[in-house]
Amino acid sequence: MDTHALPHDETPVLPASTSTEVAPALAREPWHFHLPSLAALGPFLALVAACLFFALQSDRFFTAQNFALVAQQVMVVGLLAIGQTLIILTAGIDLSCGMVMALGGIVMTKLAVESGLPPALAIACALAVTTLFGLANGLLVTRIKLPAFIVTLGTMNIAFALTQLYSSSQTVTGLPDALTALGNTFALGGTQVSFGVLLMLALYVLAWLALRETGPGRHIYAVGNNSEAARLTGINVKRVLLAVYALAGLMYGIAALLSVARTGVGDPNAGQTENLDAITAVVLGGTSLFGGRGVILGSLVGALIVGVFRNGLTLMGVSSIYQVLVTGILVILAVATDQLSRRGGRA
Amino acid sequence: MNPVPVLQAKNLVKRYGHVTALDGADFELRAGEILAVIGDNGAGKSSLIKALSGATVPDSGEIRLDGQPIHFRSPSDARRAGIETVYQELAVAPAMSIAENLFLGRELTRFGVVGRVLRILDKRRMLEEARAAMADLKIGIRSMTQPVETLSGGQRQGVAVARSAAFARHVVIMDEPTAALGVKEGNMVLELIRRVRDKGLPVILISHNMPHVFEIADRIHIARLGKRAAVVDPRRIGMSDTVAVMTGAMRPEDIPQECLA
Repeated sequence: MDTHALPHDETPVLPASTSTEVAPALAREPWHFHLPSLAALGPFLALVAACLFFALQSDRFFTAQNFALVAQQVMVVGLLAIGQTLIILTAGIDLSCGMVMALGGIVMTKLAVESGLPPALAIACALAVTTLFGLANGLLVTRIKLPAFIVTLGTMNIAFALTQLYSSSQTVTGLPDALTALGNTFALGGTQVSFGVLLMLALYVLAWLALRETGPGRHIYAVGNNSEAARLTGINVKRVLLAVYALAGLMYGIAALLSVARTGVGDPNAGQTENLDAITAVVLGGTSLFGGRGVILGSLVGALIVGVFRNGLTLMGVSSIYQVLVTGILVILAVATDQLSRRGGRA
Repeated sequence: MNPVPVLQAKNLVKRYGHVTALDGADFELRAGEILAVIGDNGAGKSSLIKALSGATVPDSGEIRLDGQPIHFRSPSDARRAGIETVYQELAVAPAMSIAENLFLGRELTRFGVVGRVLRILDKRRMLEEARAAMADLKIGIRSMTQPVETLSGGQRQGVAVARSAAFARHVVIMDEPTAALGVKEGNMVLELIRRVRDKGLPVILISHNMPHVFEIADRIHIARLGKRAAVVDPRRIGMSDTVAVMTGAMRPEDIPQECLA
């Protein structure tokens, strides 16, 4: 043993990089290392700044009614963004979310109105369809190892076509009350809040807690961070991915329910702007497209940013094509911040 | 006099198509030692280690852990049996904290049965145990909540070593743990490997770095042509003779008897 002459004294082998007690590694990092923390706060600051700007531009912006309107508009995108966040956290992406939602909306309204199923059963069928769509995405990603971008580009078109075929491109009307119940509102502080908004908020809190405080939640981050390392530590990476895609599908189904409740019809052309808006919301919310980094509550803030911009620009009388332009610029800014902060974070 | 080896393999054979990677390889790891495994590319070194860590299933042959025959079908089987592996490529999740990395895939839960079903994390206990595991190896990092990406390469590998040492009950396998590191950081990790051994865990060290092997190993297993060519004692044999046996320039029979281990 003593041929290994190095003394085993009490000195640490790998000394901490500085002697400060708290967060030792942070103090010496270059300036752009601090970008991640800024990026975490950034979306919220952007939302506040946007609100202030629009409040100065239009005196109708800072009203309770207007906020209720924004909330209604944000509720569908916000729910889609929950599923989208889960997928992006695993370093995937889902281009099919809005189309799968539209399919879910058509399935539940057609079954309830034309096939005469009880509303609860029609909703359950729609949720099953969207969950299966998510599961199919997951299977193609994990079993055939296709890039999520390509898989979901395909299923986006498939879902769109199925929606048009099943509905004959006709809007479904005359819905039973149960299908639009989530659109009902109650009075709160001089304005009307819908039950759908409450459901969305509850699901955000639930997803946030699950991602933060449970093993499976942390495994989603681990898979997005370094899927090979996750596999080597015994995490079943394929099962995590399958669960994430299926869960995202379920969220799109619930989004379909909210969309139907908000519009009062089954619209085969629903979800077309929401599809990319959901991805925009996630990116604006600070979740990295490279996976493994981000907080799901940020996606809610991101969805609010999209909603506030749309709403504020409308109030200012800016034509909708400029709204699309602004959204595009916002996304590129958000992705650039993400990219820069990552480059800085690497040693 | 000869106690039961901790990990033992006899006559392992593994074929990939018509390539024979293992051709009747033997292996023996004794209690409390650092056994280096060296060999040229294609000598069957990595196939041997894969068989011992459950990453591949040998076609024939026998593996015994503490004298009991075992049949690993996956790395998880080996982990469950108390064999942990540290990989060359710094297998950590960079954006996650040190504590989370230590417990990745083996998180501690709280709130009893409900917590176990919902897998609610006991973050405080994981932090405390992470601190203890790092202190055990005298790795001087104060904050267990800092992301692993804020650490140097050597410190990251330190996290991986601490993880294996904390969970291994029988054996730690280190697969080229210093290959991705600079000289200074590599030496730090060598010191950690020694501390793992001194805790009483036997270590299998796979390395191409001869100075490292000679600095740290108690015995050296030389793999050649899918077999075990010899096991030598680094205190009695020189580096050049060892390399000569490894490359086939010297026949194992020509190694002086006193150099064998």
